Amino acid sequence: MNLLIFIGKRIFHAIFVILGLAIVIFAVARIMPGDPVRLAVGSRAPQWVVDNMREQMHLNDPIPVQFGYWLRDAAQGDFGISLVTRRNVAEDVREFFPATLELALFALTISLTGALLLGTIAARHKDKWIDNIIRIFSYLGIVTPSFVFAIIFILIFAFALDWLPAIGRLSNGVEPPPRVTGFYTIDSLLIGDLATFWDAIRHLILPALALAMASMAQEARITRSSMADNLTKDYIASARALGVSEGLIMRRFLLKPSLIPTVSIVGMDFAAGLGNAFLVELIFNWPGLSRYGMNAMLSKDLNAISAVILSFGIVFVLVNLLVDILVARLDPRISLSAGGGS
Amino acid sequence: MLDGINMVVYPGEKVGLVGETGCGKTTTMKTALNVLPMPPGQIESGQIHFKGQDLLAMNGREISRIRGREVTMIFQDPMAALNPVFTVEEQFSPVIKHAANARLSKKEVRARAIAALEEVALADPERLLKAYPTQLSGGMRQRVCIGMALATTPQLLIADEPGTALDVTIQAQVLRLIHDLVEDLNTSIILITHSLGVVRETVDRVYVMYAGSVVEMAPTPKLFANPLHPYTQGLMESVPRLSGGGVSQGIPGRIPDYMDPPAGCRFHTRCPHVMDICSRQKPPVFRIDGEDGEVDGVHEVTCFLYDGEHGAAATTGEVTT
Repeated sequence: MNLLIFIGKRIFHAIFVILGLAIVIFAVARIMPGDPVRLAVGSRAPQWVVDNMREQMHLNDPIPVQFGYWLRDAAQGDFGISLVTRRNVAEDVREFFPATLELALFALTISLTGALLLGTIAARHKDKWIDNIIRIFSYLGIVTPSFVFAIIFILIFAFALDWLPAIGRLSNGVEPPPRVTGFYTIDSLLIGDLATFWDAIRHLILPALALAMASMAQEARITRSSMADNLTKDYIASARALGVSEGLIMRRFLLKPSLIPTVSIVGMDFAAGLGNAFLVELIFNWPGLSRYGMNAMLSKDLNAISAVILSFGIVFVLVNLLVDILVARLDPRISLSAGGGS
Repeated sequence: MLDGINMVVYPGEKVGLVGETGCGKTTTMKTALNVLPMPPGQIESGQIHFKGQDLLAMNGREISRIRGREVTMIFQDPMAALNPVFTVEEQFSPVIKHAANARLSKKEVRARAIAALEEVALADPERLLKAYPTQLSGGMRQRVCIGMALATTPQLLIADEPGTALDVTIQAQVLRLIHDLVEDLNTSIILITHSLGVVRETVDRVYVMYAGSVVEMAPTPKLFANPLHPYTQGLMESVPRLSGGGVSQGIPGRIPDYMDPPAGCRFHTRCPHVMDICSRQKPPVFRIDGEDGEVDGVHEVTCFLYDGEHGAAATTGEVTT
């Protein structure tokens, strides 16, 4: 019950965050120098075209009214057409976003699994050689930009060893599966096409790994320190004194409290990952939204920029909502205090 | 660093381990159960026997037959001893399953947990099982801890300052509770405390600990009638008296860190009867009273004042101060 109240509150907050983000995007789009109409129709268009366009885009209305129109369209997924490519922005987002999301979620899975594994090993062998190696790896992982990893991985695993493909989402000649979610892995599984699924996974591994390194290192450090810290807690000694088996202590009584700090930072790491994805997508020629968004920014394509930022913003808010709920599930103290306060 | 600790507990006996805060009482007992976090903890040498078996030589499986069935411990701070992210039931169940050493149905485990909570005078145990430690008061948590420890029906219970984290009235209740429950089960008990009052009321025999070493051991009446070690004497004088004298000065100086104790006798830096030898050599144990194997007569002290040659000096008043 307390948890439901907590979740309700968080969803309520999330709505305001997204609304706030929408206002910021709208404001930035209006403040940006340059006349959007001129940008759209070109400098040699006659004045009456400009005036008509201005009316059509509601640019003569007061700002709050303009925001109303903008929000209404955005809520329907209508961000207008790209000022550069003349394509429908919403369609572009729908096409490119799943590629980035698939990459980011795959990276998230890799980083979290790796981090828990490394963190646990390091904590259990604290201050031994294996712990030191993992710590050095962590520092390297944190300070090395993801594009460096990307290049190193391509050199080793794609060129030197030729184990994995280096570019794109699928090999040449492999047809993308019919679109349901836009995730090639899931869509190919849905039609039972294992060959395509395997091809998609192979293409995912290197970019996802490059993207995962930084957060894996960070999360491994946090898992290590929280586990090592909790190992010295009296409740572990008490459980041992009461005869609870070592396996159960590790799997349950140590793991659950130690997971809390790790899970808490996953949301932030995911956001950083979406940002870093731009370079990784560029290097691996990954047709994702980060690359699309960066191109839009370079060409001052306002409609496309708005759509990309809002899309990332919503995903970021959703991921953090999920993380908050997960942390509250892990740590009853959080949901209990939230329920008591209302 | 703990050194020179030689403790024996006989079946059904109540033993006290007394000393100032930070002198290594809890560490000693955690080491005895082999639940001290290692690292940073480390055992260099020594033996821990329970019913003739060396606990330190045992593997995890063997030691788990003893911990939680024959020996267990109640920790000092009930908040720290309960896992904050699990309900009481989630923490209780594995303890009961382990203690029973037999397959129990979920219902049976639950019934035993409820019975154990009723045993420690907790109301509404059904609801309590679903609660998280944060939802309980300090007294309730302490009772839950005691309930868990006693649900294992141990032959030896180590109780680390039970109730000191709570206020005085509840502390007295908790002590009484442990006392009664232990009487019923004929359990041996090691009571860790810094309070001489508690020692006098509850235990049969006392070990006095200073900076990681045992300095004196005696049956409770003998210790109070005739404290031998200068530290024990100082400890007794430090207790405020109701009749006259006011608050005493306590022992001058500060307790040394037992991780880095002074050479020789660890008390020599504060001892009013300090001799040359004290800083050079570690004093051995001197038997003052009682015979080998005698359960409640032996009085031992770890101090050169009671050595034949040096001890004579003490009685003739040639003590250097």
